[in-house]
Amino acid sequence: MNYKKDFPLIENKDITYLDSGATTQKPIQVIEAIENFYKKYNANPHRGAYSLSMDATEIYENTRTKISKFINARYREEIIFSKNATESLNLIAYSYGLDNLKNNDEIVLSIMEHHSNLVPWQNVAKKTGAKLNYMYINDEFELSDEEIENKITDKTKIVGITHVSNVLGTINNVEKIIKYAHKKGAVVIVDASQSIPHMKIDVQKLDADFLVFSGHKMLAPLGIGVLYGKKEILNDMNPFLMGGDMIEYVHEQTTTYAPLPNKFEAGTQNVEGVIGLGTAIDYIENIGYDKIQEIEAEVVNYAKQELSKLDYIKLYITPNEKNHSSVISFNIEGVHPHDVASILDNYGVCVRSGNHCAQPLLRYIGIDSTCRASFYFYNTKEDVDKLVDALHKAYNMFEKYIKKG
Amino acid sequence: MEDIYNELIMEHSMNSYNKKKLDHADFCEIGHNPNCGDEITLELKMNGNIIEDMAFSGHGCAISQASTSIMIDTLKGKTIEQAKEIIKTFIEMIKREITDEEELKKLEDAIAFKNVSNMPARVKCALLAWHTVEDILK
Repeated sequence: MNYKKDFPLIENKDITYLDSGATTQKPIQVIEAIENFYKKYNANPHRGAYSLSMDATEIYENTRTKISKFINARYREEIIFSKNATESLNLIAYSYGLDNLKNNDEIVLSIMEHHSNLVPWQNVAKKTGAKLNYMYINDEFELSDEEIENKITDKTKIVGITHVSNVLGTINNVEKIIKYAHKKGAVVIVDASQSIPHMKIDVQKLDADFLVFSGHKMLAPLGIGVLYGKKEILNDMNPFLMGGDMIEYVHEQTTTYAPLPNKFEAGTQNVEGVIGLGTAIDYIENIGYDKIQEIEAEVVNYAKQELSKLDYIKLYITPNEKNHSSVISFNIEGVHPHDVASILDNYGVCVRSGNHCAQPLLRYIGIDSTCRASFYFYNTKEDVDKLVDALHKAYNMFEKYIKKG
Repeated sequence: MEDIYNELIMEHSMNSYNKKKLDHADFCEIGHNPNCGDEITLELKMNGNIIEDMAFSGHGCAISQASTSIMIDTLKGKTIEQAKEIIKTFIEMIKREITDEEELKKLEDAIAFKNVSNMPARVKCALLAWHTVEDILK
């Protein structure tokens, strides 16, 4: 099955797109759903008493229900729309972290967190006097049970953990981390941005207190994200942004807030983004996660096999296949990733280069930056061949200079 | 692509004789591109109004490293005024504000970076050292 035919940009541009970890391309179904919304249903949800606004409200709220089922939330009002995972994480840091942490409490993060699940906690630690501790990875780029149990203590109040590392592709055993953290009385925030495009998320099975993701990494438009939080926790939290639609009664000096989910959705929302996200979920469910994983396993394993044959390439991935998702970081030894990415670009191969918003992780590994190829179900073995071909060309350009160095 | 990754740029980026420490530098300035992590330290020794010696250390891509090294070759022995004029011309060349070959001659070897103006993603790499030295000479 050729899924590329559903993706107009990939079809029209004739590129080898290997940066889905940054953002995925969008299927025609999502693009058309957004167009259709503006042609037929555009109005401001929750505002109008006329039928068009009620139609818009219905589509918007039905998508919330769809997402709650998609991640198996208990209640639909546990789904809050945001701009992206970053905003969801900031909401948690500001509305939960600042109000619930005190001097000498501990926040525990993994060293592989994206800056978005790290910088907000530095701010919370600074303002509350809480301590920020890290769980470090072992030689296999994984978190050991020992490390988890050493770092999460009775003083730990918050654990922030990415489900899948955006640099290493390591799949963390979040279920186990959550179970242990709960035993210690901590609340756990799962960053599912890199996992939900590729694997089934069940928030009840995980027992996550908070879980966040961005739509644009799972076929949806840019600018729409989700925050899942347990109802009892969200109910106790103060709003993050204040303004229209998040209120009940507003007096000159005081305001009472709307119940969930509106309490956390101030101002007119990104309705086209929500519609697009709903359609993206339909698309994913239509293919099915089993099929997505089958395709990705074949392509990613082929990529690992072919890249391993190049003796000038260093790979930064766990040797344990079952703990690795579809992100491959690598370097041509002696050549800067930006030069590699520029040369690859010349051959139509799109890879990311840089520190991937994870400076503490790269510093811990002892490197400045990597090239990163990230795959999705629309990628093929042919894409891998093009990557390998272009890498050969890049290496050839540098070869004689590297040897002198 | 080969226009950029040519012999001159490759030699300067991988094996630069300007990558060293100066014994008695008058100025030392760090240049940093936070998005890509490139970081260079420029050292500069003056003799009156003349740039007597320069050197650099740090890490980065081939374009930023070579640009730093070739800039040092170009600016060494120049007066502050001449250096400022060359820096201005280089920046304008990269931003495609100057294309006149005659005007670009004063850049000497640094003219090799002309094609970076066609690679928007790499403009910052080529300009890092030049902005850093611009700060020193201000």
